[in-house]
Amino acid sequence: MYHNIAIHRALYASDEHQMVRQALIDFLKKEAIPHQEKWEKEKCAPKAFWRKMGEQGFLCMDIPQEYGGGGFDFSFNAMVLEESRRLGIDFGQAVHSDIVAPYILRYGTEAQKQHYLPKMVTGELIGCIGMTEPSAGSDLKSLKTTALDMGDYYLVNGSKTFITNGYVADFVCCAVRTDVGISLLLMDKELEGFTTGQPFDKIGIKYQDTCELFFEDVKVPKDNLLGEEGMGFKYMMADLPRERIGIAVESLGSAIGVLEKTLQYVTERKAFGRSIADFQNTQFKLADCAAEVQVYQAFLDRCIELQMQHQLSTEQASIAKLKATEMHGKLVDECLQLFGGYGFIWEYDVAKAFAGARVSRIYGGTSEIMKLIISRGLFKEFYRAKQKELAFQSNTNTQLNK
Amino acid sequence: MIDYYFTEEHNMFRESLKTFLQKEVVPNIDQWEEDRRIPRSVWKKMGEQGFLGLSYPEKYGGLELDFFFDVVFCEETSKVFSGGFAITQTVTQYMSSTYIAKYGTEALKQKYLPGVISGDLIASIGITEPTAGSDAANIKTTATLEGDYYVVNGSKTFITNGVYGDFIVTVVKTDPKAGPAGVSLLVIDRNAEGVSASKLKKLGWHASDTAELAFDHVKVPKENLIGQEGRGFYYLMGGLQLERLVGAVMGYAGCESAMEYTLQYMSEREAFGRSINKFQVLRHRMAQLATEIESCKQFVLYCSRLHNDNKYAVKECSMAKLLASELSDKVMYQCLQMFGGYGFMEEYKMARMYRDTRVGTIGGGSSEIMREIIAKMIIDDVSYQSASSNSETPSTNGEINLDKILDQIKQRAEAASPIGNTLKFDFGKEQLYIDGTADKNVVSTENKEAACLVESSFEDFLALTKGELNPMGAVMSGKVKIKGDMSVAMKLQSLFN
Repeated sequence: MYHNIAIHRALYASDEHQMVRQALIDFLKKEAIPHQEKWEKEKCAPKAFWRKMGEQGFLCMDIPQEYGGGGFDFSFNAMVLEESRRLGIDFGQAVHSDIVAPYILRYGTEAQKQHYLPKMVTGELIGCIGMTEPSAGSDLKSLKTTALDMGDYYLVNGSKTFITNGYVADFVCCAVRTDVGISLLLMDKELEGFTTGQPFDKIGIKYQDTCELFFEDVKVPKDNLLGEEGMGFKYMMADLPRERIGIAVESLGSAIGVLEKTLQYVTERKAFGRSIADFQNTQFKLADCAAEVQVYQAFLDRCIELQMQHQLSTEQASIAKLKATEMHGKLVDECLQLFGGYGFIWEYDVAKAFAGARVSRIYGGTSEIMKLIISRGLFKEFYRAKQKELAFQSNTNTQLNK
Repeated sequence: MIDYYFTEEHNMFRESLKTFLQKEVVPNIDQWEEDRRIPRSVWKKMGEQGFLGLSYPEKYGGLELDFFFDVVFCEETSKVFSGGFAITQTVTQYMSSTYIAKYGTEALKQKYLPGVISGDLIASIGITEPTAGSDAANIKTTATLEGDYYVVNGSKTFITNGVYGDFIVTVVKTDPKAGPAGVSLLVIDRNAEGVSASKLKKLGWHASDTAELAFDHVKVPKENLIGQEGRGFYYLMGGLQLERLVGAVMGYAGCESAMEYTLQYMSEREAFGRSINKFQVLRHRMAQLATEIESCKQFVLYCSRLHNDNKYAVKECSMAKLLASELSDKVMYQCLQMFGGYGFMEEYKMARMYRDTRVGTIGGGSSEIMREIIAKMIIDDVSYQSASSNSETPSTNGEINLDKILDQIKQRAEAASPIGNTLKFDFGKEQLYIDGTADKNVVSTENKEAACLVESSFEDFLALTKGELNPMGAVMSGKVKIKGDMSVAMKLQSLFN
């Protein structure tokens, strides 16, 4: 159901896509789905599972073959995200494969690439990204973690919070404040003074571990600077479209999965002597959900194509993230309602999806920040003209005063 | 704001309850949420303080206060950041023991009410079954009378207090063939032989225990029947109004609590160099929510007044529950957004409030059921009568009435010209069969196949015979349903004129 009426997806039509998709489904059904309850208790998907994902080639799929990757294009990464979430599997693979690895590939030295990338592909090294701090989330520029230039090394002090994979990761790509601005440092967990908090208890996505990182006089070798000093903010901004389209795709995947399960449920569940699929309210609600999913699917597929050509703008990615995550939240809420009391019971996938969906409007930039970015884009010309006008006026004023 | 509903006495009660909750509950609530259990000692303390059984008769330990004390109770217990805490006691006080208080025998009242009021007993209401939630008339749990006992078999699910509680007001079928008219209410002790429970893991309401209950040949004394056999469905319909009203109060009170908590956070949290309560978009959002909460609250209080004045306000209570529970989802969703990443962390109470609210539009009659009821009332002109609390009043659905008027109907039908076919009236439990194929209409109470079947409630049928209800109008409004040969039904007019 649903797929029978949906537009054919040219993006994922190749034999290669289909093979990878099927292999991933088989793998997750065997290696992830049966273990979720245990992982939830441990608040973390184990490293062994990451290794298995890596061995099967599902991590960092677009990393070039010279660094051990599959050399696929971004659509494969997107497909892995969508399919995992469609099956209800949600661990921090997007941060690892679609944020940290691309940073290293794009800005890293040859030595850094050789050291990290092949092992990230196999899952031997797990990465996380350290941006948010207790007092700086959306307002990234005000971060307080410092890295003092001590000649041979940086001395890092501060803390990070809400770090996805922070607990399971082997290293963090960390945003710090250096003399010349914000810079990115690759910091291995083994460094002295680098400690990790216990994974947080969260509303949902319970085995995607999230924790705090603490840095107390951590000595980070100079070689571990990623790219140029002071360029960190720029790098992060440049790569945010990819992170955001990834989140949008994950929301879409989850929405498709929940829709499929709900369509199945309503045909089986009976009330007042008929299946609840026979009620017009159910039919219209699900028609609406299917229509939403179709619209976002078509839109996101186009965004993925643009991202593959490195043409997806930050505004476009923000629109995708804003709208897809809001659709996701609304859809799982509507679908949960159709499950009645069962929807509130944790063993039902729809309960987990509902709980997990809430953060998609928060992480990777809140909906409010997305609106800020979109509105800045909208008014760019307006303010540019206004600035020119002001400059002209002050110019004339100075001349007049003379 | 001027207060039209709460007096000085209510406010004093509120203050003392608040003080108690701040001292005895709020500091422990995180632990109880984690333990998935609330210690009984806190209920005992609440009982000792006189916070329970507020409107119950003094002779069982109650205070015989008006309903607005109950409203205060529901409001304040909903403001301790744990839906699970509030629901344990609201189920006991307003959704289960109420049936005993209203329809139970003196012996039943003596047995259960003092414990409910002292905090010694925790009660459940057992309606939902794995295959029948909203569709309560369709339950399958049976109670068969064998000598002095009912033998109960079946299962219930999503039963609040079903694991650690003491007794369950259980909805059973004493006559499985009779539809709604075969439904009865039985008090079943939780530790009776043959009752077993498994605890369900939930999205929210973690402090409260929710059970799937199994009844395997449970022997329940005959005396544990509440009211009359076969009247359970009508008692429920009455009791559910209170349940829904309480749900509505809990809904807006939770909203108020979340607002207060969120506004506090917004005044402390800074971003882009200023506290986030200075951003226009966020200010407007909170202003909008405050407006919606206040208007919802005033409507629910108006409904509370109807209830206090003994008005049977089905439409209003359904509207109140629908409005408040939907609003609560919206408020929690938007408030959580103000907390950014912290909102998703269990360390902040906002996360719990978000999880807890979600069941509001499901439990106690889902939003869909509320809309069904309201639609029937505003579109189909359906009206609902209250079940009388006086068990001596003969049932309007009973055979006595049909017998009484049977002669009258016979005379009238025989006087009318033959309808030329067979016609059956179906009142659920009883039938009236008219054979007009010969030279006159013959009336009987046999349950035979007829060419035309007319379904209606007995009340509506009586109204038809008395000429209070127009036959055509009754069909149009759905009060009377016709199946089979419509041409026979066209002759209804001649039968009743």
